[in-house]
Amino acid sequence: MNIITVKNLVKKFDDRPAVDDISFDVKKGEIFAFLGPNGAGKTTTIKMFTTLLKPTSGQILINGFDPTTNSDDVRQSFGIIFQDPSLDDELTAFENLEFHGVLYNVPKKIRRARIEELLKIVELEKRRDDLVKEFSGGMKRRLEIARGLLHHPQIIFLDEPTLGLDPQTRNHLWSYIKDMNQKEGITVFFSTHYMEEADRMSDRIAIIDNGKIVAEGTAEKLKADTASATLEDAFLKLTGKAIREEGANAVDKLRTMGRIWRR
Amino acid sequence: MEKIKKYSKVIYILWLRQLKRYSRSRARMVGSLAQPTLFLVAMGFGFGPIFQKAGGGNYIQFLAPGIIAMSIIFTAMFGGMEVIYDRQFGFLKETLVAPVPRWTIMLGRTLGGATVSTAQGLVVFFIALLVGFRPENIFTAPLALIYMALIATSFTALGTAIASTMEDMQAFPLVMNFLIMPLFFLSGALFPLTGLPKAIQLIIRINPLSYGVDGIRGILSHQMHFTFHTDLFILLAFTLATLAAGSYLFSKIEV
Repeated sequence: MNIITVKNLVKKFDDRPAVDDISFDVKKGEIFAFLGPNGAGKTTTIKMFTTLLKPTSGQILINGFDPTTNSDDVRQSFGIIFQDPSLDDELTAFENLEFHGVLYNVPKKIRRARIEELLKIVELEKRRDDLVKEFSGGMKRRLEIARGLLHHPQIIFLDEPTLGLDPQTRNHLWSYIKDMNQKEGITVFFSTHYMEEADRMSDRIAIIDNGKIVAEGTAEKLKADTASATLEDAFLKLTGKAIREEGANAVDKLRTMGRIWRR
Repeated sequence: MEKIKKYSKVIYILWLRQLKRYSRSRARMVGSLAQPTLFLVAMGFGFGPIFQKAGGGNYIQFLAPGIIAMSIIFTAMFGGMEVIYDRQFGFLKETLVAPVPRWTIMLGRTLGGATVSTAQGLVVFFIALLVGFRPENIFTAPLALIYMALIATSFTALGTAIASTMEDMQAFPLVMNFLIMPLFFLSGALFPLTGLPKAIQLIIRINPLSYGVDGIRGILSHQMHFTFHTDLFILLAFTLATLAAGSYLFSKIEV
């Protein structure tokens, strides 16, 4: 059974296509890697899946629901770990989770129990009542993972979840995601730039470049098709070696300004 | 019924968040009290003698309600515009993917910001007491809270509406200089509205803040230009309009 279905999906920004007529499926319970160079359309696609952007044309079904018409049903179906941080720094770890639990209508008793359990799993139970602004990058990431799982989603989207994490944290995080995928059957859809991570963790891979899907299948198939020894080689053969430019969006500019102010 | 319960919880948790954020930021609290205090002291004592000589009576009695209103609209507009900070630090996305209608998020934020601004206005009221301000009737004085809360809610909603259409802070000084400042200076907060040139009169009549200042002043200092009914009606209409515009624009945000 397919939990994600994408048909002829297009997203244009001022006539420039960021996602250009893509179609693919993700099966229920699968770990699916979505790979591509910078600016290929990965984040734009995930944003359309998660109701943050409206597609220009084409169709998406998430857990059987259309994000443009049944956005609340879609939103209840997934958890997401965004590419950049999305915690409230002025709240404590517990408060961030509590906030999320209320938004997702998790009943109080279950909510409290799950929060304690998840804080233990991501090893933050001792930092429960500390403000998030005192946390390191890795700790924030772990807290975001705990938050994304709090409402027991059917699908979890991870947009470059291990970016900037040390190998220990990365390893820990993946073993947790894998575990959850096996025990609870949660579908995992993730993007990453670490090819060995995609090779090791995913059941299936899609590679997107310039807004188009250029290859799809298991890691073994992609390697065999391109006669490559590693997924990294296969990736480079499929997408070329030129370095991609990514336009700075308003939020990036804002962050730069924020950094200047905080000095 | 189930839905109402769910939505009110969402509104409550967002309200609570705004309050927590504010109470944890001491610098913001102190900073936002400095300006009204300065206005009260400098203008109150500076223009006091002239105002008295011109037959206007005690200037502090006239000025304090205006400064209370000022501190509320500043805090409210900035509170509403916190949407931009949330966009910057990424937290906005967390609320945008939540399985609840966007208007509940907007309403919770707005009520939180409005509560904070009303509290701020209340603190300025007490500062005014220290500077020599005396409400005419201590028993009816709490009624001023109605007008304070309406200004607070409508301007937080207005701030949210504006911030929802802005991608970054670049437009912030523009809003400050071309909206907040004129709203304040042309609201009758600082000077009486009688005997002004026609054009200024007209602007002041269009400015919704004028009616808030008038209502507060009417209750606290027993001096008014309009009537309580006019003030209340216009403020209510303005509050509903800004809430509607704010939730519409907030629900259209894409990140």
